[in-house]
Amino acid sequence: MSTTTSTTGGGGPRGGRHAPPPPFALRFLQQLWSANTVTVTVLAIVLALLVGAILIIIADPQLRTMYGYFFARPTDALGASWDRVADAYANLFRGAIVDPGVVARVIEGELPPARAFAPISETLRFATPLVFTGLAFAIAFRGGLFNIGVQGQAILGAIGAALVGFLLPLPVVLHLVAAVLAGALLGATWGFIPGFLKARTGAHEVIVTIMLNWVGLIFLGWLIVQAWVADPTRADAISRPVDESARLPRLLAWLGPGLRVDLGIVLAVLAVVAVAWLLRRATFGFELRAVGLSPDAARVAGMSVTGTYVMVMVVAGALAGLGGMTMVLGPALALTPAVIGNVGFDGILVGLLGRAKPWGVFAAALLFGALQAGGNRMQVSSGVSLELVQVIQALIVVFVAAPALVKAIFALRAARARSIAAADGGHGW
Amino acid sequence: MERRVPLRLELHGITRRFGEVVANDGIDLTVEPGEIHALLGENGAGKSTLVNVLYGMLQPDSGQILIDGEPVRIHGPRDAIAAGIGMVHQHFMLVPVFTVTENVMLGAEPARGGPARLLDRQRARARVVEVSGRYSLAVDPDATVEDLPVGVQQRAEIVKALAREVDLLILDEPTAVLTPQETDDLLEVMRTLKAAGKSIVFITHKLREVTAIADRITVVRNGRVVGTTGPEESEDALAAMMVGRTVSLQVSKPPQPPGEPVLSVAGLAVNDERGHRVVDGVDLTVHAGEVLGIAGVQGNGQTELVEAVMGLRPVLTGTVHMKGTPLVGRRTKDILRMHVGYIPEDRSVDGLVKEFTIAENLVLNMYDTTPYGSRWILRPAAIASSAAERVERFDIRTTSPQAAVATLSGGNQQKVIVARELTRPLTMLVAAQPTRGLDVGSIEFIHRQILHEREVGTAVLLVSSELDEVIALADRIAVMYRGRILDVVNPQTPREQIGLLMAGVRGDSAPGQVGGDGADAT
Amino acid sequence: MTAPDTVPATAAVAEPARFWTRERKAGTGLGVTGLVAAALFGALASDRPAAFTLAETTAGDTVEINGTLGAVVFGLLAAVAGAALWAPRARRWFVLLLAAGIVAVVVSFLCWQLSRSPQNVLPLGNVIRSSVIFALPLIFGGLAGTIGERSGVINIAIEGQFIMGAFFAALVATVAASVWFGIVAAAIGGLLIAALLAMLAIRFVVDQIVVGVVLIVFALGVTGFLFEQLMAPAPTRYNAPSRVPTWEVPALSDIPLVGPVLFRANIFVYLALALVVLVYVGLFHTRWGLRTRAVGEHPAAADTVGVKVLGLRYLNVLLAGAIAGVGGAYFTLLATTNFNKGMTAGLGFIALATMIFGRWNPVGVLLAAVFFGFSRALAVYLGSIGSPIPSQFLNMLPYLATIAVVAGLVGRARPPAADGKPYIKG
Repeated sequence: MSTTTSTTGGGGPRGGRHAPPPPFALRFLQQLWSANTVTVTVLAIVLALLVGAILIIIADPQLRTMYGYFFARPTDALGASWDRVADAYANLFRGAIVDPGVVARVIEGELPPARAFAPISETLRFATPLVFTGLAFAIAFRGGLFNIGVQGQAILGAIGAALVGFLLPLPVVLHLVAAVLAGALLGATWGFIPGFLKARTGAHEVIVTIMLNWVGLIFLGWLIVQAWVADPTRADAISRPVDESARLPRLLAWLGPGLRVDLGIVLAVLAVVAVAWLLRRATFGFELRAVGLSPDAARVAGMSVTGTYVMVMVVAGALAGLGGMTMVLGPALALTPAVIGNVGFDGILVGLLGRAKPWGVFAAALLFGALQAGGNRMQVSSGVSLELVQVIQALIVVFVAAPALVKAIFALRAARARSIAAADGGHGW
Repeated sequence: MERRVPLRLELHGITRRFGEVVANDGIDLTVEPGEIHALLGENGAGKSTLVNVLYGMLQPDSGQILIDGEPVRIHGPRDAIAAGIGMVHQHFMLVPVFTVTENVMLGAEPARGGPARLLDRQRARARVVEVSGRYSLAVDPDATVEDLPVGVQQRAEIVKALAREVDLLILDEPTAVLTPQETDDLLEVMRTLKAAGKSIVFITHKLREVTAIADRITVVRNGRVVGTTGPEESEDALAAMMVGRTVSLQVSKPPQPPGEPVLSVAGLAVNDERGHRVVDGVDLTVHAGEVLGIAGVQGNGQTELVEAVMGLRPVLTGTVHMKGTPLVGRRTKDILRMHVGYIPEDRSVDGLVKEFTIAENLVLNMYDTTPYGSRWILRPAAIASSAAERVERFDIRTTSPQAAVATLSGGNQQKVIVARELTRPLTMLVAAQPTRGLDVGSIEFIHRQILHEREVGTAVLLVSSELDEVIALADRIAVMYRGRILDVVNPQTPREQIGLLMAGVRGDSAPGQVGGDGADAT
Repeated sequence: MTAPDTVPATAAVAEPARFWTRERKAGTGLGVTGLVAAALFGALASDRPAAFTLAETTAGDTVEINGTLGAVVFGLLAAVAGAALWAPRARRWFVLLLAAGIVAVVVSFLCWQLSRSPQNVLPLGNVIRSSVIFALPLIFGGLAGTIGERSGVINIAIEGQFIMGAFFAALVATVAASVWFGIVAAAIGGLLIAALLAMLAIRFVVDQIVVGVVLIVFALGVTGFLFEQLMAPAPTRYNAPSRVPTWEVPALSDIPLVGPVLFRANIFVYLALALVVLVYVGLFHTRWGLRTRAVGEHPAAADTVGVKVLGLRYLNVLLAGAIAGVGGAYFTLLATTNFNKGMTAGLGFIALATMIFGRWNPVGVLLAAVFFGFSRALAVYLGSIGSPIPSQFLNMLPYLATIAVVAGLVGRARPPAADGKPYIKG
């Protein structure tokens, strides 16, 4: 074994070796990288779409045959792959934001104006529950709790809203208000349990919420076949429909009946504003953030950590419950075993992608909503099944959660750091 | 690899940076065979970095390590052990749920023959018995580590190193958690090891131990070697080398008659998380305008006593009153609102939310009172303006009151806490280890602040494991040992006598004694 | 100064005696449950007999008991066991009394159920056998979780490893026309997810729970996508594996109860049991196990004696992924013979519960898995005979039992100290 010693100077920092200032382009890149939330998010989306493209190619039997003779005629395979992927992603875009072809025909007068707004309407509709469930994860996260139970809380919220929606004969406005509140209340109850157990016994909320998700799902499965809930006219497991008076009114019904975006999105924006206000300006928000970042310091400062845990989970549960409510009073209108789909689990991803910040969550929910709306179009028009969207969503969050991974893949920062280290540390070890 | 015993260690120009900070700056050090070499320096002087480099936990940026004249590279603990270097860390590296034997065998497990290569616990146990016998390190090989007292855990650590046949042992701040009695035992063990031909690198910031045991002393300051000297050097000279200027812990403290009793603790008993009795019948009184210092080796119940007073820990029995109002059973928030200031022991964990801004931390326990807020809503403008004013007044070095506290140095972080607690009218101040790990400038600043509170008539309960600090600040000193107040003495008491009390040895009617058996002196 | 006296070590202040010991708490709980069972189940039961048989079918010899009588008697027996826990020397009999009490409550419950069902015979052989079958994936998943968490890495993604294992098993077993290749492929499928988990959690220090949740979504998405694009259009080419063979040991398989379970079994049963033994011996009697546990409890301590903390964590996470992947093969090579989207239906989460309920111990995992399997088997059987209680409530049992355990209602579970904490040197 041997070692080399520093030959330049005493090895101290006063050696006078200064790296030359990096050229402007590098500095610009450096700033681009260090402003990393936006950059990383964009790159994460790009990377996820790239992986999605690879999956599209792998899953296509024709393309697979073409890659069989790739070395004979590489342009065939590459060209066809490009066409296939471009077609799929173009349809994703058309379904999520705007379809230029349709817009042109609307301007020509061939189609009703509602058709031009359909993609946006669908995006907002899909985003609506995700805003709530994303907030439900995010606010608990800020309070230092991992709310994996968003799904269960949303299920309970859907149950509460639906039961009030078809059991209570209430007048028009009141009925909707009561159904919305019932959703929040039942969701809050389901959030209270892990919060209370955490506060009283220290039970880890991750385990308790995971278990409660399944308890909630099984409970829903039992509930909808009960005589007082089940739809007597149907043989399958479905509840009676929610009364007209308890449904979320559609915002663009005057433009066309197919535009499904409803009052839920307005409530969602209000929820974002409320949570943002709560975190910044309310004493409860201050306590919540302090407890989330340092429960010990919060306790020493006289805050009730356990009380905050309970309150945070109640609020989170209520938000998740509202997310479930927007499903059953909006597009679904009746309880089925899959009434809320995956909005709870997706909400976790949305909360993470939004970095647990209210408006970040809103943006992430819009992105996920767009991906789902576009994914439906992609499935119908390009024959690429909807699960691809799920993969892309998961990958985006993976990349965002591991910014170092994104940087490593793009390798720029790492390469730069290496070169500087080499220039600076021209000695020893 | 067969090694010659004993071993000679040389370090040449060891430099290690952490970002902008140079923790070790060209350090040279030689440890002769069979030598006890003390590495003396303040907290943050770079001692721990140096030994971590030596043990392979950190890689130096430059410099060279030679063993018996041969340059070696130490990439990790495995290399260090192979080179004959063992280490006992300041925070013990023992798996709490393992037995002593399992801890000793970990990383060098003997296996039985046969294809399964199962663990040979008998052989490992025999090794523990053999090593602990050879160096008189009494330790039960079958005890679970978490059930052992700290001193015994440390012996287990030493056995763990010696079982690996090391010739040089690094002891990183080994006495920080020991009573004076346990410290004496440790010094005895070190002499035994030296007699057996082992070299020892002994890291400490306590002068007394250094002069008692070291063959040579290397003083480190700000990452550099200030000088190497022998144990004949006077403590004053060593202290001056350590801190870079002549220190006087003498603070001007005008005599002042104590006022009415403010805090009265009677028969207080408290358990720790594991159900062990850590405060065991404590009686105390603190008067207005008086500093009551609690001296004692860390871990004798001081932490829990303070937490119980502050409503942070359940009380088994006993009472705590402030000006006649009972505190037991009250929420911490209410106690703080009764004009009690609290400087917690572990500032980075308990005192601050590091990701919060300075402004937010300055209102951490008053955010819902005027002018900063009301029951439901914060007033950001009031919080910001008050923060700007207090940052100025307490000379908190920062770019902005809206910067995160994590960006501040340790001294400035502590100033944030002090600014938070001392800018409101106080009846009582509870300060636990208020200057631990700080630079001399910050220490002086905080001492002045505490004495200022004393002048304006606040009752101060000061807990510190630095005896010098207690002697300098306190009007009366209560010595705590195993959860009890052994005695209350005045600060003129000879420090040897206080040291004995800290070791649990109680003398009868010694001079300078103010109170009886843990009672107050009114 | 005169002769110094040292402070005695005994406490000066007497501790208020703890009244609610573990035995008394459990005893009270059991006693109340027993009394409630006796009253409730007794009132609900009918006077028709409830019959039990050891066989796998309802034919053959049965033991019969009057429904009401049985429900009341066994409920009271449970209460007696609970009361016995208050006896002075109950500590020594704790496990036995508790087990007896729980069994008595279960029997009391069954007396009510059977006496009210059109078909009033419970074939224990059948129920036990299906308990074990239902327990199989939980054993694999629970062991996978145990290995990971013992070294300090939380593996929430067992569900993801299951689904990947199930998918790969179906695909490869069909294409290669061999279930054995299918099982190997399943291990690789689980390994893939585990590799992602290891890379993200260990190398990139992403929160382990976040990684786990995201990987579940990812695995469900990828398998769902490939199922739709690949398998659904051509099921016979890609999604028609055969079932693993059942091996019967002639004479031994006729032993009541145990025989069919152990000697008319398949590769999964033997693999699961072998793994329980291997992991148990491995964890507690080998160098790997000692180091794994050290790394999960106090990684810095392991590091300072030269144990490669991160390397060991990588190894364990990958190993766990392979085991969970094999557990996934259960779904497509034994439970059914084709892959379907989301077919693991949350069993990965019950596997997680199995690990906690089994207290991070392989033998505990086995017992917990069989217990959960039993509740599932009972739910299925009682559902099939038209029992009055909805099977959903029995299906909730594993989840509720796990909540009770983590909340410390029935003893506390203590995870490894460094579980879920990334290790960063220095």
